[in-house]
Amino acid sequence: MSQIKKSFLLINRQAPYGSSAARDALDVALTASVFEQDISLLFLADGVFQLLQNHQPQGIRQKNLSANLAALPMYDIDQIFVSATAMQARGLTKDQLSLPAELLDDQQIAALISRHDQVMSF
Amino acid sequence: MSLHTLNKAPSGSSATQDCLAALQAGDALLLIEDGVYAALDAYAPLFQHAESLAIDCYVLTADTEARGLTTLNSLFKAATYSTFVELSCQHHPVVSWA
Amino acid sequence: MSQLIIDGQTIELDPEGYLRNLNDWSRSVAEQLASAENLTLTEEHWQVIDVLRDFYQTYEQSPAMRPLVKAVGLKLGADKGKSMYLMQLFPGSPAKLASKLAGLPKPTNCL
Repeated sequence: MSQIKKSFLLINRQAPYGSSAARDALDVALTASVFEQDISLLFLADGVFQLLQNHQPQGIRQKNLSANLAALPMYDIDQIFVSATAMQARGLTKDQLSLPAELLDDQQIAALISRHDQVMSF
Repeated sequence: MSLHTLNKAPSGSSATQDCLAALQAGDALLLIEDGVYAALDAYAPLFQHAESLAIDCYVLTADTEARGLTTLNSLFKAATYSTFVELSCQHHPVVSWA
Repeated sequence: MSQLIIDGQTIELDPEGYLRNLNDWSRSVAEQLASAENLTLTEEHWQVIDVLRDFYQTYEQSPAMRPLVKAVGLKLGADKGKSMYLMQLFPGSPAKLASKLAGLPKPTNCL
């Protein structure tokens, strides 16, 4: 039998609300956590916009992604990484993020990817 | 004169560059959906050409609020859905950059 | 069962018995839903239902079992934050049954 517990890295590369990518990744994260897998999230490129605080999507009739992301610690998902390059390019700082996340440079991101069993990009 | 709507973030595709390159004096530009990220200060250099042409630039408030965007490039005026309708009626053609 | 009638008011349910409109919820709605499941709600049930409704208010989603256990443990104490405790109160699938009685959507991502 193959190993039961694997490490998953879910890479979020797209902004929230413009497509279902952010919600799809969150669904996979929460589902994998129910199976007690080891889950890390990496926010790259426009994916960093998912972590901005205080989304108010009532005006566009969508569910609040930042409220849903806030539940990640309740699912024991607390390995959250953010691309420093992506943050800098968008003029964002760590204190603008809604979850405690670790900033990684490009080399650290490469190392992060290579140490996971399964990597999925959204 | 044309109304240009743009619904992609600057790094998502070439939509932003293509749209900005097509602007003419007298046109209006409205950022919607993921297009609203272009109104962040970090992307201000992209809009130098639009500013020199004195393009009327708008950003849809429902989409900035949804995404938690608070400090925006002052070049952009806030637009409601009603503004969107008015702009669509006042301009011809309406070009959707996506 | 596709609707409840309480005090002459009709309350719509989905095919699995969850409220269609979350604003229809009240304590008497919860009691009726519970009796349809052969449950009588005690103070212990209400405590868990309150925790669930708070969870939904904060995170805009119904919790799966693990976060429910964690939320109950944080709010009601470690002795109650156990799946066995919740299994006794809400037999079968506690996260699904308790969400139903709390007037919330069925939890997704739940075994």
